[in-house]
Amino acid sequence: MVDPSVVDSVAALARLDLDPAQRERLISDLGKILAHIEMLDRVDTTDVPITSHPLDATDVDAADEPIASLPVAEGLRNAPDREGDLFRVPPVLGGDG
Amino acid sequence: MSAWETIIGLEVHVQLDTATKLFCRCAYEYGGQPNTQTCPVCLALPGALPVLNREALRLGIRTALAVGADVATHTKFDRKNYFYPDLPKGYQISQFDEPFCSGGAITIEFKDGSTKRIGITRIHLEEDAGKSTHRDTGGSVVDLNRCGVPLLEIVSEPDMRSPEEAYRYLTALKLTLRYIGVSDCDMEKGSLRCDANVSVRPRGQEAFGTKVEIKNLNSFRNVQRALEFEVARHTAALEHGSEEIVQQTRLFDATTGETRPMRSKEQAHDYRYFPEPDVPPVTIAGDEVEAIGATLPELPRAKVDRLATAHGLPRYDGWVLAEEPSVADYFEEAVAADAANDPKAVSNWVTNEVKRVLNEGTHTIDAFPIPSGALSGLIAMQRDGAVSATQAKEVFQGMLETGDDAPTVAKARGLEQLSDTDALETAVRAAIDACPKAVADVRAGKEKAKGAIVGHVMKQTRGKANPGVVQQLIDRVLAE
Repeated sequence: MVDPSVVDSVAALARLDLDPAQRERLISDLGKILAHIEMLDRVDTTDVPITSHPLDATDVDAADEPIASLPVAEGLRNAPDREGDLFRVPPVLGGDG
Repeated sequence: MSAWETIIGLEVHVQLDTATKLFCRCAYEYGGQPNTQTCPVCLALPGALPVLNREALRLGIRTALAVGADVATHTKFDRKNYFYPDLPKGYQISQFDEPFCSGGAITIEFKDGSTKRIGITRIHLEEDAGKSTHRDTGGSVVDLNRCGVPLLEIVSEPDMRSPEEAYRYLTALKLTLRYIGVSDCDMEKGSLRCDANVSVRPRGQEAFGTKVEIKNLNSFRNVQRALEFEVARHTAALEHGSEEIVQQTRLFDATTGETRPMRSKEQAHDYRYFPEPDVPPVTIAGDEVEAIGATLPELPRAKVDRLATAHGLPRYDGWVLAEEPSVADYFEEAVAADAANDPKAVSNWVTNEVKRVLNEGTHTIDAFPIPSGALSGLIAMQRDGAVSATQAKEVFQGMLETGDDAPTVAKARGLEQLSDTDALETAVRAAIDACPKAVADVRAGKEKAKGAIVGHVMKQTRGKANPGVVQQLIDRVLAE
């Protein structure tokens, strides 16, 4: 079981509007997932460095040389709404803009 | 001393001057047509993979070295999650617990020459967001050109104790960044942005007061003004209980000079940082850091130190010259070309006349019509008395317009000062004959009356006589 308030808070952060049945199911599912992961607690990881990336690759980088950007029409093709060549979105408050 | 102590920390974002964005190869230019500088990566289309622009990291390392920060041997990127329409991925690729460098400081200098070290907490790389514009008619429009432009976030320690110190920190930081060529730092184009954190506490108290963050600061002066407003507001609240200071983000209004709370959803930020799986970790070799360090130019304070010690200039002159490295270079070339080796005279010309012309914006120092050697030539003419101070300024103007050297311009415009004693003596004798009243007054001890005689000589020579030589000649002739 996971604390229902954690599910509420994560849902709010993810902008998910859960109905009561979905909420119950997530409380149960997330509890099971966390319990599964908690198996790791049984392993002594004192000397194991934190894994911050699943691949062994490092330094995958590119030269600072421009290539053509998308044509505007192509870039805006998925826009649900637009004003000229700008994406149009509903009003927003706050945020990090 | 006030009973209150102000604590200020600054967070500066600078856009790095790379050819392409941080994780894709779109070029970015400020002011481009909306949404013309995007690609699947910066639009966050499914399946697109970010690839680090190593040059952005190099510029970051350059900055780290310039402020004396320690460059890490290993660094990684993290996702900072939040929702906003100008952030199509729903997260910003940033750096959380393993930034590419740590520590460092900026030293600020006050008018009296005293200095203070402002610590830097951290510098990290991250991508910029797009730009949303709110419409009065409701809704917002979004231009995603800026999405993914490389930014350095430079966070200071809460080491500043007054709005003036904050202003000086920003000025010094910007100068350093421009010297090392990592950013144009143009606030009007948004390539340098600043947020300020401020709190006030009773002097002697260790715990910080309630902190307020100020945004929407579009110039260094406005940072100072906004901080002054906040300090007064906090102090009044502490002294008179005029209001309760709450921890919040406030916006500065440049027209009123006041700050007001930013409307935002009442929800604490929870960015749920986690390692960015799409960008593998980065290693930084000592060789790479060393190679970057070898290309660092002389930094502003070192330059001012040198101008002061090598040329005996006041530090004030040094700072004015060092505002543009190429202006300081021009000054040093002119000094080298000056036979009498008078750096202060050269500095006066460069900091006044040359800087005035540069500030008018019609000329740049790199293509200045008056070569440094020609300026030295003009200074020499003035020193030798060939032109007066006023004439020298006219000659300067002529040199600016024609590109000719000082003697050529002076000759062409008839601006040569008459210093030839023999020629002037005739004029002086004529003037003495023509002004018996003034002569009598001078003989009676009225020194001022000499002005009338000088004036007469000037009239005869159409203003070209060297006033110093004329004065001497009058004294000599009258003493006969």
